[in-house]
Amino acid sequence: MENNVILSVQDLDVKFTLRGQVLHAIRGVSLDVYKGESLAIVGESGSGKSVFVKTFMGLLDANGYLDGGHILYGGQDLAQFRSEKEWLTIRGREIAMVLQDPMTSLNPLKTIGKQIEEAVVLHQGLKGEAAHQAVLSCLADVGIDQPEKRAKQYPHEFSGGMRQRVVIAIAIACRPKILICDEPTTALDVTIQAQILELIKAMQKKYDLTTIYITHDLGVVANVADRIAVMYAGDIVETGACDEVFYDPRHPYTWALLSSLPQLGVKGEPLYSIQGTPPNLFHEVRGDAFAPRNPQALKIDFVERPPFFQVSPTHKARTWLLDPRAPKVDPPAHILQLREQGVNRHG
Amino acid sequence: MADNREILLEVKDLSVTFGKKRNPFTAVDKVSFHIYKGETFGLVGESGSGKTTIGRAIIRINPTAGGDVLFHGEKINGPISRAKDREVTRKIQMIFQDPMASLNERAKVDYIVSEGLYSNGSHLTDQQRREKVAQALSDVGLLPEFADRFPHEFSGGQRQRIGIARALVMEPEFIIADEPISALDVSIRAQVLNLLSKLQKERGLTYLFIAHDLSVVRFICERIAVIHKGRIVELAESEQLFAHPLHPYTRALLSAIPQPDPISERKKVLEVYDPACHGYSPENPPLWEEVEPGHFVQGSRRELDAYRARL
Ligand SMILES: Nc1ncnc2c1ncn2[C@@H]1O[C@H](COP(=O)(O)OP(=O)(O)O)[C@@H](O)[C@H]1O
Ligand SMILES: Nc1ncnc2c1ncn2[C@@H]1O[C@H](COP(=O)(O)OP(=O)(O)O)[C@@H](O)[C@H]1O
Ligand SMILES: [Mg+2]
Ligand SMILES: [Mg+2]
Repeated sequence: MENNVILSVQDLDVKFTLRGQVLHAIRGVSLDVYKGESLAIVGESGSGKSVFVKTFMGLLDANGYLDGGHILYGGQDLAQFRSEKEWLTIRGREIAMVLQDPMTSLNPLKTIGKQIEEAVVLHQGLKGEAAHQAVLSCLADVGIDQPEKRAKQYPHEFSGGMRQRVVIAIAIACRPKILICDEPTTALDVTIQAQILELIKAMQKKYDLTTIYITHDLGVVANVADRIAVMYAGDIVETGACDEVFYDPRHPYTWALLSSLPQLGVKGEPLYSIQGTPPNLFHEVRGDAFAPRNPQALKIDFVERPPFFQVSPTHKARTWLLDPRAPKVDPPAHILQLREQGVNRHG
Repeated sequence: MADNREILLEVKDLSVTFGKKRNPFTAVDKVSFHIYKGETFGLVGESGSGKTTIGRAIIRINPTAGGDVLFHGEKINGPISRAKDREVTRKIQMIFQDPMASLNERAKVDYIVSEGLYSNGSHLTDQQRREKVAQALSDVGLLPEFADRFPHEFSGGQRQRIGIARALVMEPEFIIADEPISALDVSIRAQVLNLLSKLQKERGLTYLFIAHDLSVVRFICERIAVIHKGRIVELAESEQLFAHPLHPYTRALLSAIPQPDPISERKKVLEVYDPACHGYSPENPPLWEEVEPGHFVQGSRRELDAYRARL
């Protein structure tokens, strides 16, 4: 594994059994996560974002299983883990997670202070007064005023944004290397969202974290990401540096996603919209999963799954359009406009 | 410029309170605005600011504590005749945010879509009613045979279409769309927004579009009102509001919206709103004034003068 790769996912397949049928949720996905980076995984609901990252922490639902592939982290293959005992060496202490609804991570019956203290005791080896002081500094760290008073309160006494701060405090108290934020601000107002995103960025800097954000909001992606992975129907179809994906996207799905943003629309005219629906993952997908919704699909898209083609050392996309033999297909007008904007403003 | 346009709905000094008579909580505090026929008017603000409460006061679910709601110039809040009530109940429809929660999961789409027809005492035969449902479903791009299915069989975007069909079947003039796309994915959002504008063009509908996402509102609304804690703090034509946001709350809201544009996100400066900044007092009360044609802001005397100087 390359030095600066902290987590390497290779050919991962995840399946679920549901009423005797098999749903292929993650379809042979590979992804390297680099140390210290902020990676955003973006895709529509159901594309497999949450399932994908849950596999890094052994948190798949009981009817789900890995059907091949590797998750390399710290010299181990997490895909080989079989026991809770093994996962406890990773969960929280190496890789921590912040979820959309903070109440799913908090215990409503325990004070905030107690919950942070448990993490501090377990992961920082502190006790008594030292642990108490660490709790207070954790709270102050995440921007909660009057930590003495707040530590004695219960989750229901906190607003949604404040609860999310507490969840972040607990995650950080475990001193993880990787922080996964799964739609951390989707339920919050934009002004609070902006503050929470700033907080996560500050924590990343202060504690040298690698962060993986999961979101369907391209505005959030533009705000937080160094690098982007675009997910569609259980597959990552494009990865690149933030600006590469926004200003020079190459996969037709990425084109479609960006084109449908109201920010690119012309008032009074219809917005670009993607026709059809994502494929049913209970059936095996043939070729490029996006082909049936892609007005510019090539014949081969319906037959054979495209490999990744490299666009730059940091940018690649899984589309036959990048094959040297492919006919020249121009991106839609919106995308050309984005490309021009990117070029002009980068100077 | 807009003075000769017909006003469809007007809200004047509207207040709505909840809780005990002796210690009421004012959710909507003397709110005023009007909406022209055929217009899409946006109402934006953070959650809890009173947006839904205003919508529900207009459709007569929430009783009003003060002020007037005028529809076609006639008062429709408070006690009105039974006939008027029926008329208003039909002509003003509301679409809700969460298509999941707003649909009765145990009822078939057929019932959900025609519920309003039953309660509005229309004298339709079952055959006529079914035809209306089929028409409404096809108007929103769904197959008429979906009438026999249950909501859980549909995706989020399809459920929102069912919610729209349910409003359309009443042949309304005015639709209050309460965060109709907030729960939907980007691509589905575009479909629903397109559907709403298509219906508006075809039927001359008027919309009150409630949202917390200003970028969506900017795209579809002619004018926008920004509400903070039950009070409208700024109202302007969309482009005016984005070009010259004046009230510090509007500015905070605008600065907080993440733009899908990394270069501008990197340059972004977050503005934070502190309600104490106005220094309001009985001697220095908040005023509501037009600082440029069509652009209204709430502020103290000093603030308003400064806003005018800035324009
Ligand atoms: N426990 C489960 N049983 C069956 N299917 C599941 C389960 N969990 C997730 N899935 C399916 O896996 C796919 C990916 O889900 P998810 O990762 O939650 O999507 P996202 O986070 O991108 O919205 C979806 O089709 C979802 O329905
Ligand atoms: N039925 C009710 N009873 C008591 N309080 C209510 C009721 N409905 C709304 N509120 C309160 O009124 C305020 C405005 O709520 P709402 O109109 O739903 O806000 P928004 O739609 O802008 O998020 C909130 O503080 C809310 O808690
Ligand atoms: Mg998810
Ligand atoms: Mg609301």
